[in-house]
Order: sequence, then C-alpha cells, then structure tokens
Amino acid sequence: MVYETICENLKDQFENSWDSYGMLVLDLSADKLLPLVTRLKDELGFDLFLDVTAVDFPEREPRFDVVYHLYSSKHNKRLRLKVQVPESRPAVATLTGLYGSARYLEREAHEMYGIEFTGNNDLRPILLYEGFVGHPLRKDYPIDMEQPIVEYRK
Amino acid sequence: MAMMDFITTRKDELVGWVRKFSIFPYPFVTACCGMEFMAVASTLYDTDRFGAALPRFTPRQSDMLMVVGTISHKEAPVIKRVYDQMCEPKWVMAFGACATSGGFYRNYAALQGVDKIIPVDIYVPGCPPRPEMVIDAIMKLQDSISRERHPIFPFEQPNPAKI
Repeated sequence: MVYETICENLKDQFENSWDSYGMLVLDLSADKLLPLVTRLKDELGFDLFLDVTAVDFPEREPRFDVVYHLYSSKHNKRLRLKVQVPESRPAVATLTGLYGSARYLEREAHEMYGIEFTGNNDLRPILLYEGFVGHPLRKDYPIDMEQPIVEYRK
Repeated sequence: MAMMDFITTRKDELVGWVRKFSIFPYPFVTACCGMEFMAVASTLYDTDRFGAALPRFTPRQSDMLMVVGTISHKEAPVIKRVYDQMCEPKWVMAFGACATSGGFYRNYAALQGVDKIIPVDIYVPGCPPRPEMVIDAIMKLQDSISRERHPIFPFEQPNPAKI
C-alpha cells in the first residue's frame, strides 16, 4: 500500500508519522517540505492538493502548525503533512510550482494566519478586504474586534 | 338615485392608503433566509395578497428593501449603495436574526445588524422567521405607512418619527 511505501522509501524526509483515523500523518520540518511533496507527487501519485491551513497554539514554541492535505487519485488515499513554524518567522516554501490550486489556498492561509509562503508573490487578500489589519484566525485577535468599511450611523 | 360622484377623505389617509398597497420589495438575499423568503413570496403564503407584490430586482424601481440574511463587513458598501439608489419613499425590513442583530455571528466578519449602516423600519427576528411573522411584519409596516403624514402646507404637522 502507498502508506507503507511512504514510510519505507521516504523515511529520511520526515521526523515522525502516525495514523489518524485511517489517514497517515507526517511531521516534518519546513525545509523538507518542498522535496517531500515533489516526490509524493511525482513518484506516488498524490496529484490533488486539497487544502493548506494553519493551527495556532499561542502557548507553544514554535507557535504555528501549517497543515497540508493531499490526495492520491491513483491510490484513493489522503495524506496529511504538518510543518511547525515559529511566530518570529512563520515561513514555508510555496507549493504553487507543483499545484496551481495552491495559489488561492495559500492566499487564504496568509491573510488568516499570517503564514508567509516564500516564492508566492501574489499574497493579496482573498476573503478579507483592503485595509484589514491583523490576522483574524489567530488566537490573539480579539473575537469581537470589527474593522468596518462603511461608517456606522450615529 | 344619483351616482356617487365624490368621496371625502383626508389627504394623509388617501396617500397612505395608496402607498401601503403598492409596496414593491427588493430582496437583498445573501444567506439561508432566502429560502424562507422564497416560501413567503410564492404561492402558499403569497405576499401578493397584501399588495407587496412582485419582487423588483432593481433598487431603482422598488421601495421596500428586504435585507435577507447575514451582511458581512465586506458586503456593507454594496448594501449601502443599493439603499442610496432607491427613490424616496423607501422602507427597510431586516429579515431574520442576522440582519436584525448579527444573529449568532460575533466575529471579525459579520456586521452586527444592518441598522448600523442604514435605517431600518421593521425588524423580523427568527432564524429563519416563520412566513406568518413576515406577513405580520408587512402588515405592521403597512399600518405605519398609512399613518404617515404628508405635509404640503407650512402649518401642517411634520411627519412623526417612523416606528
């Protein structure tokens, strides 16, 4: 099966792996991301980029998990990758060179969590609007803080 | 017996009576309350019976703005422009909990009630509101329209504050 192949052939590319409800999860460092995903796509048929998002752990160092989900239409298997990045420099390599659909998803993760995707030059806001300050899905963003565009009535 | 050639009435009552049965709603539908709006506007509940007839899908031809659903901050300039494009007289109905008060959304994205940016005449709570509540709101709005004053002479009382 493809999970065993990953654990055997690519085990120098990630630090840790476990099973989460039938899905293989890999922990890896930020510099290993691009070579690992390149091999997953080219050799093991993970051809569909499902999602990239982040998880904020305010008390933890490094603070953010960047979470990727990939899907192999050849094997009908999904795969989750977790990369820990620090708050001081929350940067991972962009995957837009491998998957075109990563462009919008990286823009969303960038505006919601402030994750930098080095190599992606088009990180404009996609769901938020121009002039929005801060990253609303970070835990330290006040839950009731609004930044209205239209002036409120008196 | 001669035909009745004239009737007597008050000018305010006549204008109010004419206006209240010719409400043309503009449904600004953004969310799930739109399903309830479709139910209330179509055959079974049929707001046409109350003179709130065919929805006009342009703000320039309508005089009741129905804000149906959640309004986000990004959408606020749109609804402000739609409201500004409508001709006087115009009324606004906040349809559902989200348009009334933000509903259960309390975060960076949702506007806490459409009355933060445009004046609202009647609020319909509920998530979503029952069609009977919407019909009741239309009838209450018609009552308030029929009570409005239309001063043309300087000695007449100005319009009292809406609802």
